[in-house]
Amino acid sequence: MKIELTVNGERHEADVWAGESLLFTLREELGLPGSKNACEQGECGSCSVLLDGKLVCACLVLTAQAEGHEVVTVEGLGEEGRLHRVQEAFAETGAVQCGFCTPGLVVATAALLERSPSPGDDEIREALSGNLCRCTGYQKIFDAVRAAAGAA
Amino acid sequence: MSTPARKLELGRVGESVRRIDAIPKVAGEFAYASDLYAAEMLWGHTVRSPHAHALITAIDTTAAAGMPGVHAVLTHEDVPGEKRYGLEFADQPVLAFDRVRYFGEPVAIVAAEHPEQARRAAEQVRVRYEPLDPVVDPERATGMDPIHPERWTDGHGYHHDPRPNVVRTIVIRHGDPDADAEVAVEGTYELGIQDQAFLGPESGLAVPDGEGGVDIYVATQWLHVDRDQVAPCLGLTPNRVRIHLAGVGGAFGGREDLSMQIHGAMLALHTNRPVKFVYNREESFVGHIHRHPARIWMRHAADREGRLVSVRARILLDGGAYASSSTAVTSNAAAFACGPYSVPNAAIDATCVYTNNPPCGAMRGFGSVQSCFAHEAQMDRLADALGMGRVDLRLRNALGPGDVLPTGQVVTGSLPVAEVIRRCADIPIPDPEELPRDPIRLPGGAGNTTRGEGVRRGVGFALGFKNICYSEGFDDSCAARVRVFADADGELVAEVHSAAAEVGQGVVNVMAQVARTELELENVVVAPHTTVTVQSAGSSSASRQTWMTAGAVQLACREARSELARRGGTLEPGEEISVERVYRHSRTYPLDPDTGQVVGGERVHVAFACSAMRVVAEVDVDLGLTRVVWIGTAQDVGRALNPQAVHGQIEGGTAQGLGLALMEEIQTRDGLITNASFTDYLIPTALDMPPMWTELVEVPEPDAPYGVKGVGEPPTVVSTAAIVAALRDATGRELVRAPVRPDEIVGLA
Repeated sequence: MKIELTVNGERHEADVWAGESLLFTLREELGLPGSKNACEQGECGSCSVLLDGKLVCACLVLTAQAEGHEVVTVEGLGEEGRLHRVQEAFAETGAVQCGFCTPGLVVATAALLERSPSPGDDEIREALSGNLCRCTGYQKIFDAVRAAAGAA
Repeated sequence: MSTPARKLELGRVGESVRRIDAIPKVAGEFAYASDLYAAEMLWGHTVRSPHAHALITAIDTTAAAGMPGVHAVLTHEDVPGEKRYGLEFADQPVLAFDRVRYFGEPVAIVAAEHPEQARRAAEQVRVRYEPLDPVVDPERATGMDPIHPERWTDGHGYHHDPRPNVVRTIVIRHGDPDADAEVAVEGTYELGIQDQAFLGPESGLAVPDGEGGVDIYVATQWLHVDRDQVAPCLGLTPNRVRIHLAGVGGAFGGREDLSMQIHGAMLALHTNRPVKFVYNREESFVGHIHRHPARIWMRHAADREGRLVSVRARILLDGGAYASSSTAVTSNAAAFACGPYSVPNAAIDATCVYTNNPPCGAMRGFGSVQSCFAHEAQMDRLADALGMGRVDLRLRNALGPGDVLPTGQVVTGSLPVAEVIRRCADIPIPDPEELPRDPIRLPGGAGNTTRGEGVRRGVGFALGFKNICYSEGFDDSCAARVRVFADADGELVAEVHSAAAEVGQGVVNVMAQVARTELELENVVVAPHTTVTVQSAGSSSASRQTWMTAGAVQLACREARSELARRGGTLEPGEEISVERVYRHSRTYPLDPDTGQVVGGERVHVAFACSAMRVVAEVDVDLGLTRVVWIGTAQDVGRALNPQAVHGQIEGGTAQGLGLALMEEIQTRDGLITNASFTDYLIPTALDMPPMWTELVEVPEPDAPYGVKGVGEPPTVVSTAAIVAALRDATGRELVRAPVRPDEIVGLA
């Protein structure tokens, strides 16, 4: 089936099968592998994207559901060739090790700061509890969120 | 991956440096193995055993081969060379032939145009099995029929042990093994199977070169040993198999063994098309080895003043169906069974057995995690029996340079155990929190349904250590090449080549930092990691890669710098200096098979690193819920080459130990894994990890480049023990098993 959707500000037409996830379409059809596939059950948050500004797991959204909607992935988070301040903060604070969870965490953090510009520590922990990281123990991710909030 | 370092004013050894791959990673542009693509690429899929133990009587691929989009369906009959491979012994079939020995063992492989076509075709491969009784109880394994009847191991050349299903037995007799003392405590401890649970599932791309050879782009921990296992199975010489590091989404030991490498190469060579494999999460749980589950009995005896007189230990590890690195894990569990304490007399017996449970091998901490959980519980019991403080007992027995280990090795070099204990014990712990409070700060968080009436607080302390680098005469080396040339503007550039696997730990930064330091150049580029341009770097494991790679890059750079000086300090465009150097650590020696004493009284281990950890935890004893409130740690790091990365390793390593203490266990029923998903196998989230305070104890290791020690494993060794100690303090229960289950901590009056 033919689906039209907007990804990172660009309109795309994709030819997908009925059961295809938005994550598969982004990665395998639209050439946007930044969103990662680590569980396909909505448990790890590695595929977090914004769907009409709301944080979703792209593995749990059918591409067909995104018909006519706007998707923002990690590749489209920054503007005019510049990194988003959350991306800068993750790089500077050491919040990245293997980096596989990073795209999802960066998108989730951007969504958090959009709705709560100066979150407290408990709020940060709760907001990011749907994004698993196996390398960092989260400490430097919290540092990154605080740094990005301060840089706003 | 080619990861150009940005031009930095800073960036030398000892400075906190931003990861040179950080920008592509935050931008979503870093290519992990699962992101690779090639024109005309096919997708591979693996047919796996639904049984833990069965004979294979027939395999019929006809229906699968006729499915839409399918280009190949291969079985053991299609393996071109050796039919088995393995890290220590070639005991694991590339594809099962006569029998399957674990749930999920590969039996056939499929390549198709679309991943869904490959998956559906795999379902149509007809395998006829004759199920056998699985060997699932490690205690009984040595009395049952061997699961490798064609390979009578007899202890694999280590300690003679003719019982069936023995991977390795180690006997260590130190001092007077029968020695006893006034105050003795004993206990039996257990640990479940932990999974590495790296976030990036096993993936890779195999590309045929059109001349019978193959290039494999894969997420792995050791390029050259992958090559040396893959090539014989393909019937190729090693130079026709080129392994290139693809982006690695975490490793933690789980990528030391092969996953898709041979399978991808077989399909690529058969179809003459690139073939990509990407495991899903369920498949990843059977696609790699795990941390050995253990059952450990220990008896500690001390005099009235709290001086340890003897330790006796019996350790049983379940290695699962294939050996992987089990012999070395067993060695570590035995060698570090007494902990970082001076013990004059010891009798340690450790055995690892084959069973039909999931195969086990390397995971961060490598045998020391299991022993530490037991010896630290014992030290707390002993302190209580003596009426001594728990920190005081540890200080009184702290190991240090000049002391003799149970293997007979004398500690040389740096091992500041007492200082690590003191530094950790001096970190102030947070005050108890008042009730009522926001549920997010109660055990169980938002899942807590009380007002916290049942919350009890406890404080735990633990100490652990392990070896750095390989041991027992497995003396490895690490190569690096540096190219120095002038760019178009005449500026000198250094390009560093190494096959060291960057798995997230940051060795890529270490390479650049060493080159900048030694060459005093800002323009340093790290070349792709491959078997093509440079010799082996050894594995990214055993907390060895930073030490070894720093040593190799340092040697190569010093030679390049001398050569540059001979040429007057400048190079013309087109002129270059290219130097490859191999670094070796101090020689180690094997253990005597009967006494466990190191042959020749020399080193069995290259060096050691220790860590102490203090934990505050709360338990809601009405609900069986826990909350780790705070963690403080002091770690012996030699010298921190990149302090930001060192802190990151310590924090991440601690989180993995927290997982084993509280939630992580692969569940099996008759050898079948029943929780192969992140819904059912839980790893710590942002809500589970408390704030941490970390002290780096820097006592340089005299044998190591810049005094560095590996830092990845000690936090994982110690944190499970420290967290469960805090739960014991909170509940007063013995809690002899990790992970601690809710029903073990509820129902206190």
